[in-house]
Amino acid sequence: MIPTWVQLAYLAAAVCFILALKGLSSPRTARRGNQLGAAAAVGATVVVFFEADLDHLWLIIAAIAVGAVLGVVGAQRVQMTQMPQLVALFNGVGGGAAALVALIELEELTPFADVVPTFTFVATVFTIFVGAVSFAGSMITFAKLQELITTRPVIFPGLPVAFGGAFVAAIAIAVVAVVSPQLWPGVLLAVLGLVVGALLVLPVGGADVPIVISLLNAFTGLTVAAGGYVLDNTLLLVAGTLVGAAGTLLTKLMASAMGRSLVNILFGALRGGSTLGAGEASDRPVRSAGPQDVAIMLAYAHKVIIVPGYGLAVAQAQHSLRELVEVLDERGIEVDYAIHPVAGRMPGHMNVLLAEAQVPYEKLVEMDGINSDFKHADVVLVVGANDVVNPAAKTTPGAPIYGMPILNAGDAQQVIFMKRSMRPGFAGIENELLFDPKTTLLFGDAKDTMGKLLSAVKAL
Amino acid sequence: MNDSIVWLTIFVLSVFVGIEVVSKVSSTLHTPLMSGANAIHGVILIGAILVTGSTDSGIAVAVGLVAIVLAAVNMVGGFVVTDRMLQMFGKARPIASKPASDATGPSGDAA
Repeated sequence: MIPTWVQLAYLAAAVCFILALKGLSSPRTARRGNQLGAAAAVGATVVVFFEADLDHLWLIIAAIAVGAVLGVVGAQRVQMTQMPQLVALFNGVGGGAAALVALIELEELTPFADVVPTFTFVATVFTIFVGAVSFAGSMITFAKLQELITTRPVIFPGLPVAFGGAFVAAIAIAVVAVVSPQLWPGVLLAVLGLVVGALLVLPVGGADVPIVISLLNAFTGLTVAAGGYVLDNTLLLVAGTLVGAAGTLLTKLMASAMGRSLVNILFGALRGGSTLGAGEASDRPVRSAGPQDVAIMLAYAHKVIIVPGYGLAVAQAQHSLRELVEVLDERGIEVDYAIHPVAGRMPGHMNVLLAEAQVPYEKLVEMDGINSDFKHADVVLVVGANDVVNPAAKTTPGAPIYGMPILNAGDAQQVIFMKRSMRPGFAGIENELLFDPKTTLLFGDAKDTMGKLLSAVKAL
Repeated sequence: MNDSIVWLTIFVLSVFVGIEVVSKVSSTLHTPLMSGANAIHGVILIGAILVTGSTDSGIAVAVGLVAIVLAAVNMVGGFVVTDRMLQMFGKARPIASKPASDATGPSGDAA
């Protein structure tokens, strides 16, 4: 029997997790919310040692220390641009941990199969399978975002068959594991989970990957909840379910910000190969200019809108950009940043990146607030962004981004693209706006070019 | 009341609470929220500690220790990185430009 005070401590931790999520939903309370969650997690980790007489105490403490150090080092060293892949990685290891816990529990419960309720085995098997799916899916997502493998959808003939086959086999094995609980079906199920997880994520294209992270995050939440049921631990049940539910809703919110349905994101690439962009640089003629010309265009404008994208952050040019905006401000030019909901590589990512460069919060205008302003803008400066201003989202049914709401950069008098090359964006499709007569391209590394642009504007 | 019904009740209510608390989140906070929720499911650490501490089989202990390491990475790393992100939102607005401390850090490997 678990001591009452331990159970009450778990209840308190569960309440803290609810308040943490609530706090995280609003900018003013977010940091406090997260700290409350962290405190609750640490408290619960201490309390668990009083729940039962545990063996191997020093090994356990050593393992916690190792994990904590790895986690802190990873979290401190990661650059803000790499945030999506770190979240994926952390999510994956959580799912993997849940699957391993369930495997051990399956082995421990096997001798008592006659007295243990069947549903306990169902929950155990669920945790093994979905935890493995989450682990493998997250690792593939990590590899895609880190560009260890291609960010483009990976499709091969027979993939749907392989996916379906692995899934059906997993269900069959799961039934075996529930009916006659033993370790080997559990291990086999974990392996099948790894296969299913990998095959689930491989066909997802680059721009959709963050939504998949959110989905896998919800998956891991549910596995933790099921694990809580198996281990008779209410805190795991509540915390896991909270994350599962909140993560599912968040996934839906993100998908609708991109104008996509979840089914389309996961299975879109399988249904028609025609949705794939060429992914290659085009050799159609464009108009390009140097930093001096662009500086003049900016300095004599009345209203400028900046569209920042992931490329800006990769080049670490956001600090120079903020300086440029300050100089333009001093000249009396009205400057705003237009933030697409999925700017960067994850919804809300660009806000984090610009906050890091200490851009004032009030200068960041969300898409709905600024889209009608583009027609009054003299110049739109697109820095390292592409897909979020690509008119193909409106005009080309069948394009991977078709239906995604975009920033109406094309409504402005003039559009300047700062780009490294003519390579297409993350979604892998060509942007017609680049070839528009009112568009000027400023080629070069964003940081380098931004520096030149800044000194050119200052010199005017 | 039947035990399973109690568990089911907790589960269903938690689903509604989970949906309710994030329903009004602004897209600005999607990334930190995802990361924070991610850290919360790191409490599987508790499960990993419990199973590892109550088994005698050597292999199970080894597997359990791996699970503990993974779960601790998830939990500790998740909360720390979320805090790092949120720290930036809360910064006072500086007048002078400040050298980028975090941004130009070591070329990050995310492990």
